[in-house]
Amino acid sequence: MNPVLKLLLEGGSLNTAQMAQVLNLSEAEVNRQLDDLKKQRVLLGWSPVLNLSDEEAGTVRAVIEVRITPERGGGFNRLAERISRFDEVESCYLMSGGYDLLVFVNGASLQRVAAFVSEKLSTVEGVLSTATHFMLRSYKEHGFLLEGKVEETERLKVAP
Amino acid sequence: MDSSRHIAKHVANLPKSGIRDFFEIVSKMKDVISLGIGEPDFDTPWHIREAGIYALEKGKTHYTSNLGLIELRRAIGKYVEKNYSVSYAPENEVIITVGVSEALDLACRALINPGDKVMFHQPCYVSYSPSITLAHGIAVPVPTFAKDNFALTVEALRAAWQPGCKLLMLNLPCNPTGGTCDRAQIEAIAKFAVEKDLIVLSDEIYSELTFEGVHTSIASILGMKERTIFLHGFSKAFAMTGWRIGYACGPAALIEAMMKVHQYSMLCASIISQEAAIEALVRGEDGMKKMRDQYHRRRDFIVRRFNEIGLKCHLPRGSFYAFPDISKTGLNEKDFAVGLLQTEKVAMVPGTAFGENGNGFCRACFATSYEQLIEASNRIERHVQSLAAKK
Repeated sequence: MNPVLKLLLEGGSLNTAQMAQVLNLSEAEVNRQLDDLKKQRVLLGWSPVLNLSDEEAGTVRAVIEVRITPERGGGFNRLAERISRFDEVESCYLMSGGYDLLVFVNGASLQRVAAFVSEKLSTVEGVLSTATHFMLRSYKEHGFLLEGKVEETERLKVAP
Repeated sequence: MDSSRHIAKHVANLPKSGIRDFFEIVSKMKDVISLGIGEPDFDTPWHIREAGIYALEKGKTHYTSNLGLIELRRAIGKYVEKNYSVSYAPENEVIITVGVSEALDLACRALINPGDKVMFHQPCYVSYSPSITLAHGIAVPVPTFAKDNFALTVEALRAAWQPGCKLLMLNLPCNPTGGTCDRAQIEAIAKFAVEKDLIVLSDEIYSELTFEGVHTSIASILGMKERTIFLHGFSKAFAMTGWRIGYACGPAALIEAMMKVHQYSMLCASIISQEAAIEALVRGEDGMKKMRDQYHRRRDFIVRRFNEIGLKCHLPRGSFYAFPDISKTGLNEKDFAVGLLQTEKVAMVPGTAFGENGNGFCRACFATSYEQLIEASNRIERHVQSLAAKK
């Protein structure tokens, strides 16, 4: 695996200069490898993991179960890609089980999300039904715990 | 009244650990980047911690058998067979102890008659020599050298051997040097042990953290199982230092003898830790490998940096310690470590804390984040440069 990618996956937050030091590469080389990863569409972008208060966030998130009609030749792909293009959609997955797509949606208010579902999503031809679940509270985001204080674990400074 | 006169002579004469002195200085300072710790920077993986919590919920709050939970001993039997190619009967060849430290102490107390000599390689973990002394044995250190990447050689063993040697302690990979032995070297040591009729206490606590080649346990060499006590634990590989849980495997008669000492001193290891240890063995391997891979990359970084800085550092093949040679600075290891701490607030442990022949070296634990390692290495570089400028 690309060493830069490996380092990214370790989940640290090193800047490119630090990555260059760790990997014994020049900073330019690290940047070049990052560019390559972007060109190959392995690395799509950066997105901060935040722990905002409700006022700060100012958004409502929902998970929507969507049933759609598969098409001859393309299966679920064309519709899934079409739904994914809406700005409101954060993530979209094809699922096994009782529904087809699981869509994560972000909107400024409950009304906005509801409007997106009723006016946009459910009116797409091929969408059979939707079931919307609003998220009430986050406990963990992308591997980070949000609630409860993070206890600093005390290690002795010198130990045998 | 001078109460110190009541202290037993062999305890009173025990030297204070060099690490303690250094700890006293470091603990009074703020914002120190410490490369002085001897444990993983990871907390115990959650599924293992959760197993401990669940054990409490289930009411696992009682004594266990002196040898330890049979489920854990069975899991250990399987793990050791799979990873070290030597099989032990969980019923009578495995004992659960309070860390490897207790296992080592039990083995010493069970096997050493007053005046028996015990060989061990140096630099080494701080408790080896005292454990021998406390069991009324005589410590016979065998030096290891940077030129051999701190592997133990038969030549050094032969040179140090003297009549009356009964035991040989091994710690491969080694704290503090990261040195270890390849299969050929282990076979040569085994041959020497048979020739001199030595019982081997093999502390393999860092064996999972072997980065180059394959770890070979001396217990797996033909003819060695019957004269080896294999010591291992969960602290390093599974990041469980505070749980104090380890084990010893060996011939039934020796395990029985160790169990006698254990039952009258410790009775049994904490049941909560034993339950968590089962979880570690059964489902902890993936997490352990992930941690090892991270140590591996950090090792490559810090060793390269030491060499760039001009502190010659061999590549430690195992453990999470680098052991750079600081003698080029013109200072001894203590003055260097104290100076580095005072001017740059980076803590490394002077090599002599691990035996006299650690002189000229310092131990740097790389089980800490990249950010800290980068910053520490930059500060060490600045310090070494300023020392050179003063010369």
